[in-house]
Amino acid sequence: MACEIRQPGLATTVQDLGRIGHYALGFPQGGAMDQESARLANALVGNGPEAAVLECAYMGPVIGVTAPIDIAVAGAPIEVRVNGEPRPAWTRLRLEAGDELSFGVIQGGTRFFIALRGGIDVPLALGSRSTYAIGGIGGVDGRALRAGDVLDTLAPTRPLPAMDTIAEADRPVFSREQEVRIMFGLYDHLLSGEGRRRLVEEDWTLTPTADRMGLRYSGPGVEWREREQPFGAGQDPSNIVDAGYAVGSIQIPGGTQPIVLHRDAVSGGGYAMVATVISADMDLVARAAPGTRTRFVPVDMGGALAARAERRSRIARIVTTLGAD
Amino acid sequence: MTSVSMAPARLTWGGDEFLFAEIDEAMGLAANFRAMTIARGLTERALPGVIDICPANASLLVRFDPDALDAGVLEATVREIEAGATEAADEFRTRIIEVPVWYDDPFTAETAARFREGYHQDPSSGDLDYAARVNGLGDKAEFIRRHHSQPWLVSMVGFVAGLPFLYQLVDRDQQLEVPKYLSPRTDTPRLTLGHGGCFGAIYSVRGAGGYQMFGVVAPPIYQPEQTLPDFVDSSVLFRAGDIVRFRPVDEAEYHRIQDEVEAGTYRYRQAPVTFSLGASLADPLAANRTMIEVLDGM
Repeated sequence: MACEIRQPGLATTVQDLGRIGHYALGFPQGGAMDQESARLANALVGNGPEAAVLECAYMGPVIGVTAPIDIAVAGAPIEVRVNGEPRPAWTRLRLEAGDELSFGVIQGGTRFFIALRGGIDVPLALGSRSTYAIGGIGGVDGRALRAGDVLDTLAPTRPLPAMDTIAEADRPVFSREQEVRIMFGLYDHLLSGEGRRRLVEEDWTLTPTADRMGLRYSGPGVEWREREQPFGAGQDPSNIVDAGYAVGSIQIPGGTQPIVLHRDAVSGGGYAMVATVISADMDLVARAAPGTRTRFVPVDMGGALAARAERRSRIARIVTTLGAD
Repeated sequence: MTSVSMAPARLTWGGDEFLFAEIDEAMGLAANFRAMTIARGLTERALPGVIDICPANASLLVRFDPDALDAGVLEATVREIEAGATEAADEFRTRIIEVPVWYDDPFTAETAARFREGYHQDPSSGDLDYAARVNGLGDKAEFIRRHHSQPWLVSMVGFVAGLPFLYQLVDRDQQLEVPKYLSPRTDTPRLTLGHGGCFGAIYSVRGAGGYQMFGVVAPPIYQPEQTLPDFVDSSVLFRAGDIVRFRPVDEAEYHRIQDEVEAGTYRYRQAPVTFSLGASLADPLAANRTMIEVLDGM
């Protein structure tokens, strides 16, 4: 036994890289919303990328430590406290039995991650430890943590890295303004020219309606081309015959508020997707707090793949700098 | 062998990890069949880097790892399979499953009563009465008869884990069509038999939903504990391409089935069948009879 949950926080779940390969049966990919922060928290305690961490939204848990353990907190700016005393985030912390880990108020962004050395030991469900609450699988009994839950860790498989902190310059930025790169496609031909222009040339503001399933933005709205709705599609111009949804795709029900589908989104439905956030920027979207002013910037496949490679080598460089692998 | 001529699918990208193929803008049996044919072809190729192959009602979504599989190679492969699809056999082996439904049940009626004003097109009437009226049928009993008199095809699985979309195997002018709720409910009982547009659905888990509610399916269709015999290999019952025949049950039988589920002994009645696109398009009722005879002969 490594620790016990004294207060669960607002929505604390076990997450890992995600449940990949079961989308055709309606299982969302899941996984840590901000994969880069989760990866760096894991690297600080010598975990591989596959280790499960705790994802905490807005208000963190209070955790009682029952056996000595190394932990690290990364992600949205948050005051970390051990026995009430402030301790640094983005840094490995050694906790002793009897210590209590708690958190202050989030200073930006939405989610932070707690990595425990060895990774959280919950059973694999369809190849992943990620919590899928709607389907009742993964994590602790397929749900968010509750007071009284006890967490164990797996045996570490590699040594602790030489360094114990991530340099300031290597930490992600949590800003109230974002440029999110998207690729047009899917059903973008249903937008009018003006609708298309507004999506990428106007500002959109993240509303409080944002969670692991999706993030809803307010702004000037879009316009659709006039067309006769095909059989089975439904009457609104934003309706299509129900189809699979790309993770990261943007739908605009009724043409008013764009929704970016994130890691726990439904796998399909009847709203036209008009663009998709590129894979390299999904972490960025996950960091947005309500009120974040957002500009969607169109790129092509080449741009998306270059950004993907850049992200991968950046994370690899930071992990290597730590002395982790 | 009947080949149905179709325009090439519209291929487009969902970011750098998804290829989307729209077979047809409109729902139809031939489009669904084509989506499943391409999905099967792609599964057989077993291209390294293909992660998910998701056939949908009239489209197909493929997730891939662009670090392992060049997007252009994937696109060319889908085109190649599609080009071969017109020569491919127009039939596939599947199964017909009997699904017991308590139509006009108290659970969905109670939920419907909580979501009327501001949610429903006709707050003063129930979902079944409304569905009967907009389809020009005499009463809800007639609507229920039409609903279970002909089988349905699982045209897609998704939305949430294990939820089947269902398309009734009848001519387009015989399709039951009902609009979705004006605004989605925040609650739908688990195993609700729903309907939106021309599609039926069974809600595998409790949650939000916008489909009209007609009844409740008696046994589970998603069982993460995997204790029932039908769920030993997968927590999800349905696969795209399954044929579903609804059988109305009354309250007493509904409770008997609950007891069997509780005891871990319940099994769905099912039989292997061949589904033929050509036969179904030419004379759906005759093709349905053939499949139902196989089930009833079990």
